[in-house]
Amino acid sequence: MRLEYFQLIDRIVDINLADRSIGSEATVPTENSIFEGHFPGYPLMPGVLLVEAMAQTAGWLVVAMNQFRRMPFLAAVKEAKLRTFVEPGQRLSIAAQLVHDGSGFAITDAEIKRAGQPICNATITFRILDFPNAAMATYMRKTAVALGLNTEAPADG
Amino acid sequence: MSSTFDTIANIIAETCDIPRDSITPESHAINDLGIDSLDFLDIAFAIDKAFGIKLPLEQWTQEVSDGKATTDQYFVLKNLSSRIDDLVAAKGA
Repeated sequence: MRLEYFQLIDRIVDINLADRSIGSEATVPTENSIFEGHFPGYPLMPGVLLVEAMAQTAGWLVVAMNQFRRMPFLAAVKEAKLRTFVEPGQRLSIAAQLVHDGSGFAITDAEIKRAGQPICNATITFRILDFPNAAMATYMRKTAVALGLNTEAPADG
Repeated sequence: MSSTFDTIANIIAETCDIPRDSITPESHAINDLGIDSLDFLDIAFAIDKAFGIKLPLEQWTQEVSDGKATTDQYFVLKNLSSRIDDLVAAKGA
């Protein structure tokens, strides 16, 4: 994770467009200024950032399914359940599944596990819009490559 | 009124917590029932699932923006019901 850049996942480890699923990995930093406030003497990964990690994972699936032509924007988070604490240095596995591909929107289910143990899950809705500018589209492609996501050909996992 | 309308009305009532008896075929989803664009995504999801279709929301929105259609044509519930019936028929054709 690079929290300063709001990058909550480290790599995409699996994507299957036919199955409409994606998997990513993320390691919580061992040190970050966020932990100085959350909380002093008891550092914990903020739950809202775990939600963001799920949203980013699911979002990349939506980006790929739209052939990198359109951008998903977070619209709703429902039934978010944060089941246990996450501490600095812990390694997380994140999975997301496309539930519905609507016209200009997508609904996904996402979950995070740690060593096979359920950590959190949520249903996440995105609005899907054209990229507001070419620079953003270029940035998303570049970031996708850095995360290990193939931007050129359909990924079948 | 048609079963399509009844299905839509029940979806709206449940999704948006609107009294069922206040939802009529002449109701405008946005202007009368106060449903905003985000709530309408939930409704569209439920309608897509219930009827096995994909409401072309982006197309409808673009047509209204371009002045080629009015919101009444798509969001007055009796008209929405007709649009859904057409989509279902087209799917089966």
